[in-house]
Amino acid sequence: MKQAFKYVVLIIGAIVFAYPFLWMFASSLKPELEIGGFSLWSPDFTLQNYRNVLTKIPIGRALLNSIVVSLSTTLTVIVFGSMVGYALARLKFAGNNVLYALILFTMMIPFQLTLIPQYILMVKLRLTDTYLALIAPTMMSAFSIMLFRQYFLGIPQAFIDAARIDGCSDIKILFRVIWPLSRPVVLTVSILTFMTSWNEVLWPLVVVRERSLMTMPQLVTLFTIGGEAESLLGLQLAAATLLALPIIIAYAFFQRYFIESVASSGVKG
Amino acid sequence: MASSRKSARNDKAGYALSLPYVIFFFLFVAYPLVFTIVLMFHRWNVVTPMEWIGLKNFERLLGDPLFFKSVGNTLRFLLIQIPLQIMVALSFAVLLNSQLRFRSFFRTLYFLPVVVSGVVVTILWQQLYSYDAGLLNRLLVGLGVSKIPWLVDPDTAMPSIALMSTWKNVGIYIILFVVGLQNIPRELYESASIDGATAMRQFFRITLPMLNPTVVVVLVLSTIGGFSLFIEPYVLTGGGPMQSTLSTVLYIYNQAFYFSHMGYAATLGFLFALVILVAVLLQKRVVETESTA
Repeated sequence: MKQAFKYVVLIIGAIVFAYPFLWMFASSLKPELEIGGFSLWSPDFTLQNYRNVLTKIPIGRALLNSIVVSLSTTLTVIVFGSMVGYALARLKFAGNNVLYALILFTMMIPFQLTLIPQYILMVKLRLTDTYLALIAPTMMSAFSIMLFRQYFLGIPQAFIDAARIDGCSDIKILFRVIWPLSRPVVLTVSILTFMTSWNEVLWPLVVVRERSLMTMPQLVTLFTIGGEAESLLGLQLAAATLLALPIIIAYAFFQRYFIESVASSGVKG
Repeated sequence: MASSRKSARNDKAGYALSLPYVIFFFLFVAYPLVFTIVLMFHRWNVVTPMEWIGLKNFERLLGDPLFFKSVGNTLRFLLIQIPLQIMVALSFAVLLNSQLRFRSFFRTLYFLPVVVSGVVVTILWQQLYSYDAGLLNRLLVGLGVSKIPWLVDPDTAMPSIALMSTWKNVGIYIILFVVGLQNIPRELYESASIDGATAMRQFFRITLPMLNPTVVVVLVLSTIGGFSLFIEPYVLTGGGPMQSTLSTVLYIYNQAFYFSHMGYAATLGFLFALVILVAVLLQKRVVETESTA
């Protein structure tokens, strides 16, 4: 009896969290006049809304832009982040503490403070409307450095000593010895960074005005609030579905890692 | 630190590995901070040369009802969202922590809105909240209740956004609470049941106090998240009706990129950052002293 009650609550929860997405997907396939009911089925399913979105906005190009930006950001965050994390955790050098303090300080600064001057920096460097502008301010992350540092502290010194005796440089030790031992943290940082970068919309709105360089969330946002969607629900829902699809597919494959990443970052952070 | 480790000093490698970050720090942290301070004393629209105006930006801010309104709106959003989020998250976490089948299936579904872009969620909820044809109002009418003017009425617009945002983010906090619950030693409950404590009593005497560190993390994360409220009102309401959903980030964005008031926007950003810092520090303080008391 008590068990049954628990299941009922959990199932209601599942409906509340999942049904809207199913509804969005089903509605995006319906003709405009049929959208609005609770039903997830229509005999008149059509791809017309998608065809219209594809002809109205360069969403394929935006998908490519988003992939380029998110992958580059993820790559730089894990490469540079693990370098600094390794230096902090395993190397003794003058200024080690200063570096650590700089990183802690960076973590405390809210983006609301740096948004405007970072935009101006982009203007001064003539980087607005470039990929670099989209990537540069997030190419390193203080929080990721801390996650790497924390993980690297737990790696036995023997591995590093052995590699050093073999004559490995520190860069080699990091990428050949430490990285293979640190899959969980590399994966955690990659997933968190990719997800954040893929979904970021404020910064692209600030530095990119040129349509062909817009990221997917940005293009879809402007499509919805601008006049182009002509307040047609079907078009908006089709654009939203296209935007949601890549990350939902990634989530379907790596859901365990997505959830564990968020859990570990929250607990340690 | 590293007391027993016998590694030699490694100055060269240390500098080489951290150099990229140091450059990054000066470009994207130090320079913007210094430049913010410069901007606060200037009027500037990016195109024409900067104009020194002394403390005018601060004077203007003190007499700017919209800025204070936007801060009030953001706080209102937080005050609704945080308790709601903690209650919902904790309830589901307790359920997911009990011996049930399909737990990971449910967990996966609850987490789904977290991974999806806020833009998607906002477009979707705009339909759900629609006054005449929205699913939520159809549901209410079906249940024999009168319609709610979700986003149309200044009194309900911000609570509606808070509800939507809870739906989007609560998955994170469910997971964090589940982890927190799993870290509570079982023996505590066993000895409590031997002493005859009811489940209710166990929850308030053992579960809640032991979850305190998780509550701090949840509070701080959702506060920082709430202070960055932007895309939801930007897409859903444009800050209306009657500025009731104008969040501070949206206001700063408008000042900077709509009106090109860079100096003033930087001043607003600076003050708002102070508000955020104070709020987060206060929270940590309050929760931590409560847990030791």
